[in-house]
Amino acid sequence: MPGSIQSIERAAAVLRLLGSTDRPLGLGEIADALDLPRPTAHGIVRTLREAGFVDQDVESTRYVLGRGLRELDRGGWDPHDLRAHAMNWADSLAGSTGQAVQLGVVADRAVRLVHHVFRPDGSPQRIRTGECQPLHATALGKCLLAFAPVASPPVRDLDLHAWTGRTCATVAALEAHLGVARRRGWASDVGEYRSGEGSAAAPLRAGGGVVVGALAVVGPVEDLFGIGGELRAGTAGQLLAAAREISQSLVVAR
Amino acid sequence: MIERVVAAIDQGTTSTRCLLFNRAGRMLAVAQREHRQHYPQPGRVEHDAAEIWRNVMRVVPAALRRAGLEPRNIVGLGIANQRETSVIWNRHTGTPLARAITWQDTRTDGIVARLVDGGHSPMIKQICGLAPATYFAGPRLQWLLDHVPGARAGAEAGDVLFGTMETWLIWWLTGGPDGGRHVTDVTNASRTMLMDVSTLSWSPKLLELLGVPARMLPEIRSNSEVYGQCTTMLPGVPVAGALGDQQAALVGQACFSPGEVKCTYGTGAFLLMNTGSRLAESAHGLIPTVGYLFGERPVYALEGAIAMTGSLVQWFRDSLGMIRTAAQIETLATSVPDNGGCYIVPAFSGLYSPRWHPEARGVMVGLTSFINRGHLARAVLEATGWQTREVVDAMNADSGVTVSRLKVDGGMTANHVLMQFVADVLDVPVERPLGSEAVSLGAAYAAGLAVGYWSDVEVLRANWHRAAAWEPAMDPALRERERGNWGRAVNRSYGWVQSPSPD
Ligand SMILES: Nc1ncnc2c1ncn2[C@@H]1O[C@H](COP(=O)(O)OP(=O)(O)OP(=O)(O)O)[C@@H](O)[C@H]1O
Repeated sequence: MPGSIQSIERAAAVLRLLGSTDRPLGLGEIADALDLPRPTAHGIVRTLREAGFVDQDVESTRYVLGRGLRELDRGGWDPHDLRAHAMNWADSLAGSTGQAVQLGVVADRAVRLVHHVFRPDGSPQRIRTGECQPLHATALGKCLLAFAPVASPPVRDLDLHAWTGRTCATVAALEAHLGVARRRGWASDVGEYRSGEGSAAAPLRAGGGVVVGALAVVGPVEDLFGIGGELRAGTAGQLLAAAREISQSLVVAR
Repeated sequence: MIERVVAAIDQGTTSTRCLLFNRAGRMLAVAQREHRQHYPQPGRVEHDAAEIWRNVMRVVPAALRRAGLEPRNIVGLGIANQRETSVIWNRHTGTPLARAITWQDTRTDGIVARLVDGGHSPMIKQICGLAPATYFAGPRLQWLLDHVPGARAGAEAGDVLFGTMETWLIWWLTGGPDGGRHVTDVTNASRTMLMDVSTLSWSPKLLELLGVPARMLPEIRSNSEVYGQCTTMLPGVPVAGALGDQQAALVGQACFSPGEVKCTYGTGAFLLMNTGSRLAESAHGLIPTVGYLFGERPVYALEGAIAMTGSLVQWFRDSLGMIRTAAQIETLATSVPDNGGCYIVPAFSGLYSPRWHPEARGVMVGLTSFINRGHLARAVLEATGWQTREVVDAMNADSGVTVSRLKVDGGMTANHVLMQFVADVLDVPVERPLGSEAVSLGAAYAAGLAVGYWSDVEVLRANWHRAAAWEPAMDPALRERERGNWGRAVNRSYGWVQSPSPD
């Protein structure tokens, strides 16, 4: 077994020191208390600050434990906080694509919808927030399987029920789709859950790049995809841009 | 071709924002800055008007930068503002004589009680349509004139001006001490308790009653016309629209036909129903008000104002520490199936529409050892639902038109449990438009109409797209039982404060 890593031990010591008092600490105090050269102490606090585990007071330039640290043991993002961060961008994505938009997270062995924006064409639609969908047959689900391996169950444990003739009903077929999704950065569903209804989904990443949910554009297969089965020009770009904006607001919030 | 957009400033209770809209009503960029809330004493809430103007000068350029646009891309600027917040300032220096007194401030309860005791209510109500309440700006102006050193003498000499926030901002935008236009719009003026609602001009009788010198008041204008050109920040851009925030939301939600209703759920909640060319009387505690004036003939509205909705969620978060973010109240509320028999009546500064009990204070009832945080979270959200129901009942009774759907906007529409509950207790569908920025959009519409960017309101109607709808799904027997419980809870909040505070 390799020995312990000194810089991580020192980082842990800095965190414990900051946690031992209510008072913000200056760099000099930290270096003295831990008997570290100032540049070393500075490198450690700066790295911890970038990770969100230490915050720096702008006026006094002193350090305190970071907000990101308090989030660590909370078991991930609250779905309603996710919705709050996503709402404006989800609306604008529905406006620019003319399609419905959904936001989903992994819940048990399914995707749970935490937000839903109607297709803005005035047609009758029912709000689907709270609904669960199969992981293997929707773009949201495949996106989460592809990009959130810790939150999602292993593919071989899923019930690969064939919802339509197009559903990936074998582990091999599903793995191939997930591979494609990972390569291009988004997942698709060409009528694999409900026949005629398609979707494309991109991951939402919080601090540290951890995927906490997925954002999807949902609409008739023929509206979303061209004859060759490729997503219509512009849609992927708009989807990825919205997902990026939401991700950024998640990172800043922490 | 150069891109043309309309800019809107939403001067709100907690922050000031600038939004840019295109012809389809789509938001292109937003920038926002919060300002400080000053609480010098219980019941007093103040803002620094100079800070708010500085924030405007920051958010407008920031929004332009974000959209990659320049002042020449802006065809017009509209303003929507927190209503009834009042400020007086020196016309030669632009310095406020005191902090602005906000709409949540109840320091004028003594003044209002004296108006009521003196038997003036019928006359006031007949002229301006409003029953005296601490909510309106006029008594605040009287308080400022009576308490701020030099205010009355300055006002009589013509050195001191009065305004609500749109007046203050238009004055600065169009030059400030250097020829700034001193104007207000009919919707803001209709909330002062000083305007004759049938002639849309200041009422000499009411000015006399409240001891307000006429020369300190702004000129009353329509909601959509060029008030002047910006001299700084957006040089040459016409300032072409102004509305109180709730009337702006009525316009932004495209409620252009009589009977259409919207509710904006923010710090407080405000329902407005378009009543067309008719100024509806209210026998049920609603406020008849000007909806908007585009051109010659005003469109009136009936308003129900609920003081605490989002602010109750904030209290739950900040003062009780039950949740870390407002959105997490939904998570907590869904941890239990129902309210467990607990009700919260948020009469923190009395009850507004339709009950108007200034002496009521908040109560929490039905507590047993069964009640946990989840039940309290439900009770917080349900309080907003039931207060909405009471206002809608009053609207149905006053207008003779039955509300058949409710258009909603504002920060609390992010809460789907709440929106479902509102649909359940109203027993009508609740609909949210795409882009919940109805307040800013309404201000943009007013300005855009004035400069010909949009031709008429019909074009604007086509910009409204449904983004979500919640259908009622509550068992009618349960609804009636819960309504009864809520009513009994409200009765327990009455009569708590025994005498008005000294001035
Ligand atoms: N998901 C949510 N559930 C419940 N309440 C919420 C939620 N999100 C926001 N709120 C509440 O909504 C209010 C914010 O809404 P909004 O931004 O529309 O405020 P506002 O009244 O418009 O403020 P201003 O006047 O400054 O513009 C806050 O009081 C907050 O507590």
